[in-house]
Amino acid sequence: MTASNLSTRAPRIGVSGWSGRALISAVLLVFVLFFIIPIVWLLLATSKTGRELVTLNPFLPGTFDGIVQNWNQLFAYQDGAVGTWIANSTIYTVGALVLTLIASIPAGYALALTQFRLRKAILVLTLIVMLMPSTALVLPIFLELNTVGLIGNPLSVILPMSFFPFGVYLTYIYFSTSIPQDLLAAARLDGCGEFQVFYRVALPLATPIIALVAFFSFVQNWNNFFLPFVMLPSSDGYPIQVGLTSLLASTPAFNPSSAGAESVQLPTLALATVVSVLPVLIVFLFSQRFLVSGMTAGGTKE
Amino acid sequence: MTAAIATTPELVDATARRRAPAPRTRFGGARPGMSYVFLAPYLALTLAFGVLPALYALVLAFTDGGGGFVGVDNFVKVISDFRFGPAVVHVAIYLVIWLISLVILVTVLAIVVHAIKVRWLNTTLRFVFYLPGALAGASSVLLWLFVLDPTSSPVSGLLQLLGFDSFVQVIVPANLPPIFAIIAFWTGAGGWIVIMYGALNNISSEVMEAARIDGASTFQIATQIQIPLLRKWISYMGVMSLAAGTQLFVEPQLLSQASNAIVPNDYSLNQLAYQYAFQQNDFNGSAAISLLLLVVALALSTVFVTRGGLFDTE
Repeated sequence: MTASNLSTRAPRIGVSGWSGRALISAVLLVFVLFFIIPIVWLLLATSKTGRELVTLNPFLPGTFDGIVQNWNQLFAYQDGAVGTWIANSTIYTVGALVLTLIASIPAGYALALTQFRLRKAILVLTLIVMLMPSTALVLPIFLELNTVGLIGNPLSVILPMSFFPFGVYLTYIYFSTSIPQDLLAAARLDGCGEFQVFYRVALPLATPIIALVAFFSFVQNWNNFFLPFVMLPSSDGYPIQVGLTSLLASTPAFNPSSAGAESVQLPTLALATVVSVLPVLIVFLFSQRFLVSGMTAGGTKE
Repeated sequence: MTAAIATTPELVDATARRRAPAPRTRFGGARPGMSYVFLAPYLALTLAFGVLPALYALVLAFTDGGGGFVGVDNFVKVISDFRFGPAVVHVAIYLVIWLISLVILVTVLAIVVHAIKVRWLNTTLRFVFYLPGALAGASSVLLWLFVLDPTSSPVSGLLQLLGFDSFVQVIVPANLPPIFAIIAFWTGAGGWIVIMYGALNNISSEVMEAARIDGASTFQIATQIQIPLLRKWISYMGVMSLAAGTQLFVEPQLLSQASNAIVPNDYSLNQLAYQYAFQQNDFNGSAAISLLLLVVALALSTVFVTRGGLFDTE
C-alpha cells in the first residue's frame, strides 16, 4: 500500500487530462447522490408530519416535535405491536447467533486443524451451500417443518438461521492460517486431550473470528425477510422486518382501503423503516474501520 | 439476498491470507475420532436444514397429495400453469437488466475509486457505496416505495421530468424490472465495489508501474491489465448475482401489497411457489417450483466452486 501510494503521487493519476477528470468526477458525484439521497431523505422524513412531507422541501428537516409524534404513533400502533416485533427480532437473531457460534467455531477448527476421512467432502459441501442463495431452501424447509408441526414456533426460524456455512468457512480459513500445527502438537505432547487442545489453545486465540462470524450472522438474520414471512403466520411472532408489511398495509397512501382508526401516516412508516434497520446501521457504523480497512488491508497482503 | 453479497468481502481477505506459508507439519498427532465430535452440531444442522429439506422437496415434487408416485406430473402442471411463463419472463428481464448494469457499473466504479489516491476521499466513497447494504430486505423496498412515489419523493422533479405524476404511473408492468434492478443495485452494489477494490489492491504495483513506464494511459491500464486480472472476481459476482436474482421475492411481494395488487402477487417464481403452498394448499406443486429453483442455484454454485478457481479447499 505505502509503496504504491508513493509511486502514484506523481501527477500522472488523471485520465487523459482535464476533460476526462471532469467527466469522472461528474459520474462519481451522480453515484454518490444516488446512494446517499434516499438515506438522507429517509432520516429527515422521520421528523415531519404527513402534510409537511408533501409540502416541505424534501431536504429540509421538520421539527423535533415531529419525531416525538411519529414515535408515539408508531409505538401505539396495534397496542405496541412494534415493540413486540423488535423484541422478536432480537430473540431470533441472538438465539441464532449463539447457536451459529456453537456450531461453526468447533466445525471450522476441526476442518482446519484435524485430519479425518470426510474432511474434503464436508469442505466442498460447505462451500457449495455457502454460495447458494439461502432463500433457495426456504420453501423446502417450510415443507419439512410443516410435517413436524414446528410452523409458528420460534425454533422454525432460529434453527434454520443457525445453519450458517459461511461462518464455518471463515473459521476454517482463520484457523488454518493463524494457528501453527506445531502449537497444537506441542499441547498434545504435554498431555492435553483433543478437547483441551481446542478449549485451551485454539479458543483463546479465536476472538477475532468469533466477532466476525457474529457480525455476519447478526446482519444477515436481522434483515432476513423470506424465512420468517413463511414460517410465522401470526402477528405476535413477526420479527420487525415482517412487521413492516403489516404497517405498509395500514398506510392509506399505499393501500387506500386501509383508511381507518389504525391508519399509519407516511412519516411514521419512514420512522418504522429507520427503526427496523437501526441495530444493523449501528453495527455497520461501529465496525466500519474493522470491516472496510480489514478487507482492504487483507487485499494488499499479497 | 443482499446479505450474501455483503458478507463476501471478507473472502478477499481470506484468500489473500491463505497464501501465507502454511506450516508443513499439518495434523501432527491429532486423533481423527474427535474431529466428528467437533463437527457434530454443524453436521446436524446441515442435515436438518440443508440435505433433508432438499430431499423432502424432491420426494414431494414427484408424488401427489396422497404420497403416490406421479412421475413428472407436478412439473407438467406448474410449467403449464398460465402464471409460470410470465413469471419466468419477468425474472429473466430483471436479471438481464440487473446483471449487465451490475457488472459494468461495479467494475467501473471500483477502478475509478481505486485510482483516487486521496485517502479520506477514497475511504469515504467506499463507505457511502457500502452503507445502503445495511438496509436489506423489506426495509430497502419500503424506502424505495417512498422514493418512487412522486407525491413524497425526494426526486419528484426527476420523476415528473420522466413523465410520472403518480405512483400508479411509476409501477406499470414495463417499469418493474428496472425498478427491481435499481433497488437491488442500490442495496448490493457497494459490497461488490468493496470486493473489487480489494481484488484491485491484489494486483502487484510492479505490474502497474511497468505499464506506466511503458507509456500506458490510465484507461489502457484499466482495460489491458486491471479488468483481465479481475476476471475471476467479475465472474464470481455474475454467478452469485444470477443465483440470487432468480430468487426474487421480497421486492414484488411488497410492491404487490403497496399497489393494491396492481403488481400481481405471482410476479416472480418464488412468489408463485409461495402461492401454491399458501393459497392453493398444493405442497407438491410448490415443491416442484422450489426444486427447479434449487437446482439452478445448486448448479451455479457447484460449477463455481469446482471451476471458478477462487476458493481452494486445501
